[in-house]
Amino acid sequence: MDTVVLARAFFGTSLAFHIIFATLGVGIPLMIVIAEILHQVKNDNDYAIMAKRWTKAFAVLLGVAIPSGTIVGVQLSLLWPGFMEIVGKVISLPFQIELFAFFIEALFMSIYVYAADRLPKFFRIISVILVAFGAVASAILITAVNTWMNTPDGFKIAKDGTIFDVNPWDAFFNPSFISSAFHVSVTAYMTGAFAVASIGAYKLLRGKLSKNESVYHKKGFLLAMIVGLVFSLVSSFSGHHSAQILHEHSPEKLAAAEGLFETQRYAPLAIGGFTDPKTEEVKYGIEIPWMLSWLAAGKFDTKVKGLYEFPRETWPPFYVHTLFNVMVGIGFLLLGLAAVALFFWWYYGKRKKRPYPRWLLFLLIFSGPLSMLGIEFGWIFSCSGRQPWTIYRVQTTAEAATQSQNLAPLFLLFIGLYVMLGVLTILILTSYFKRNPVSKEFEKYSGY
Amino acid sequence: MNEEVIAILVLWTFIFIYSIFGSIDFGSGFWAMVYHEHRTSAGKIANRFLSPTWEITNVFLVLLVVAFVGFFPKGAFTLGTVLLIPVSLILFLLAIRSAFMVFSYSVQGYRKTMFFISGICGVLIPALLITVLPVSQGGYISGFNGRDVLLIGKLFTSPSLYMYILFGLTSELFLSSLFLADYSKVSKQEGAYRLYRGNALLLGPLTLIAAMVTLMVLQPEANWLIDNLYDQRMWFILSFLAFLVGYGCLWLKNSEMDTAGKPRLALLAIVAQYGFASYGYGMAHLPYIVYPGLTIYDAFTAKETFYSLMIMYAVGLAILTPGFYVFWRLFLKDKRYLQQE
Ligand code: HDD
Ligand code: HEM
Ligand code: HEM
Repeated sequence: MDTVVLARAFFGTSLAFHIIFATLGVGIPLMIVIAEILHQVKNDNDYAIMAKRWTKAFAVLLGVAIPSGTIVGVQLSLLWPGFMEIVGKVISLPFQIELFAFFIEALFMSIYVYAADRLPKFFRIISVILVAFGAVASAILITAVNTWMNTPDGFKIAKDGTIFDVNPWDAFFNPSFISSAFHVSVTAYMTGAFAVASIGAYKLLRGKLSKNESVYHKKGFLLAMIVGLVFSLVSSFSGHHSAQILHEHSPEKLAAAEGLFETQRYAPLAIGGFTDPKTEEVKYGIEIPWMLSWLAAGKFDTKVKGLYEFPRETWPPFYVHTLFNVMVGIGFLLLGLAAVALFFWWYYGKRKKRPYPRWLLFLLIFSGPLSMLGIEFGWIFSCSGRQPWTIYRVQTTAEAATQSQNLAPLFLLFIGLYVMLGVLTILILTSYFKRNPVSKEFEKYSGY
Repeated sequence: MNEEVIAILVLWTFIFIYSIFGSIDFGSGFWAMVYHEHRTSAGKIANRFLSPTWEITNVFLVLLVVAFVGFFPKGAFTLGTVLLIPVSLILFLLAIRSAFMVFSYSVQGYRKTMFFISGICGVLIPALLITVLPVSQGGYISGFNGRDVLLIGKLFTSPSLYMYILFGLTSELFLSSLFLADYSKVSKQEGAYRLYRGNALLLGPLTLIAAMVTLMVLQPEANWLIDNLYDQRMWFILSFLAFLVGYGCLWLKNSEMDTAGKPRLALLAIVAQYGFASYGYGMAHLPYIVYPGLTIYDAFTAKETFYSLMIMYAVGLAILTPGFYVFWRLFLKDKRYLQQE
């Protein structure tokens, strides 16, 4: 592999690893905040136990989010020095502000975890709200950089590469910032909720629960399903909005996502299948006539640009069609699953007083991992769909990449690191929760 | 003063703050390993400090990188290209260390492994971090402007590098001993206090010797630096005086314990000592970021970016200060935390 390909693989791997923990690091604090508030409102200790246990898990996940984030942050300069040179001049502001968000999150996380017993109730809730705020703020700020790569703004560049007329705030609030930052935040909340739902579903399915435990897990499960439903609904609308921004600002990406070659009005939406590079069309997909034009700008006669409109060297890879489809598919699948799950909850639980269907619990176990898969595919779509550009129409990936050799051994070293950290995280979490089951919490729990 | 100089001053201040906090952080990890099963509470004290603070220290490290990229993008380009291997190794070690810190908090069984890993990393990471200094002085990078490569072989066989490392490590252990002596005193742990004070007494003079020898074995490419350092001798004299004051404070009468010393004063004086020396060193290094090809003027960011960054620092500092204050109250002052069993 040449250095550029290696650098791309290396960086993509690091980010794909970081994003797992980062997303949960945004999603779970919201669940903790909700549980803490419910605890106060309903005066129900189960919610306090939930908050405590989720915090435990969150602290472990954060222990990987922070170093893996430090890795990607520094690797940007190591692997993409050409890119960072422009970033430094134009879009270092969100990076900088992000650090304040990290400080807030880290400070109040330490306070919430190590000083909870010495704090008044009110201050404890404030701390955890600040943790959640710091987490989502850091996600939004880093997304600002990513959206700027997709729709660069706030500077001019001369033929010789000199940057001038910089306006850092315009770069920050580039055209796709608001829509993507919103999409990233709500999908993270959705993922946090489904992750909790998965565990609840597993516990309920496995049975062998005492009365207390069963009530406890049902509460957690219901809460997660409600939050999951709300945010998957919002996610689908916000994803739709992101797609409209693509139509306006990154037409190649939308064309590649849909496998559309000819520019046309009344363009069809292609679902599933794959883009065949030989015949240059989508094979084995389902086409919904006129739908793409309508989705792109709300009218059936909207003209949607196809790939033939652009020089071949700047076409994104064809596989982004699949990435996009899987993300959207997961979005609708989870939306439907959450709706059905809540419907049955009401129908069987409140009306028929019958036990909850086990097949549904079984399916719901997969909701968390699926949601995470959606995040991964969405990001890989966003980053690969930008190829061959690192900064859209400003800098190619090859220009951005490092010229150092010897990436391969480092890549292997880091793959080893990620595997090890991933395995350890799972081991630590399972062994902790095995040794401290909920039943134990009920015993020692006598309110604050 | 022009913008470039303000930027390097701000950056240098961050580096200085991180080198103090980083020394204390990594040093505490080391001492927590060494005194893990010691009869005094020395190990426990080090660990009690470390648990809530390492994340914050880590954010500082990231802050350094980000500030560097924001102020001197071209510098990030050069150092990013050249330092791929040492910095990747640092990242690797940092990741392992941080993860084990958190894991050990959750699962008691990992305590021993954690102490070991965090202690070893507490030596290796600073040693790797300090390689930036000799590299920036010139002589270890070949092929400027075209394609820069680090002469790894030359770097790792040069006595200069090892003296830097030795200086870095003795300083780290000296600063952390002093800090932990103070922390033990506030926590009313006389045994631990005596231990850390003794370490500081031993390490203080060693840092001075290491610094002298480091200067003597600098490679010929760094002659420019020696000349400049000589011009800044005022700062080094001040620094030495601060050392004498700080060292002296360790012998003052201690009103609370049998063992002598006012560690808080000593720590402040020693921080001043490093402050003066860093300032002198920084001045001597100017205008180069990497000698001879890269100056702060070549590397500087866009003016507009510079100003918006400065404004954000002011705003950020204003927002964070109360947070840091609460944190300090809870973990460095609150008797309930410090004097728990
Ligand atoms: C749980 C995860 C998840 C789910 C269910 C969805 N998305 Fe998404 N999507 C993401 C997670 C995600 C993401 C990981 O958060 C991305 C990657 C880059 C970004 O800005 O957000 C993203 C990006 C992204 C983009 C590209 C933005 C860009 O590259 O500039 C579009 C057009 C959509 N999404 C559209 C949708 C639609 C129409 C969905 C319908 C339901 C949808 N997404 C569901
Ligand atoms: C949208 C994608 C991302 C999300 C949602 C995200 C979110 C997070 C979160 C929640 C943390 C833990 C914060 C803390 O407590 O300190 C974190 C850590 C970090 N992330 Fe990411 N991140 C994303 C992508 C990135 C990228 C691309 C970079 C690099 C450029 C990055 C750099 C960092 C750094 C440097 C840290 C560690 C900060 C520290 O020392 O505390 N993140 N990230
Ligand atoms: C929000 C923060 C992010 C930023 C600032 C960012 C930035 C970058 C940069 C600079 C590159 C290298 C240049 C290029 O190939 O264009 C890149 C590539 C890549 N990133 Fe992202 N990225 C972000 C989030 C993510 C996430 C979360 C993932 C993974 C799940 C990801 C996956 C990838 C992949 C796979 C590549 C290689 C693309 C290819 O070669 O096809 N990115 N990204």
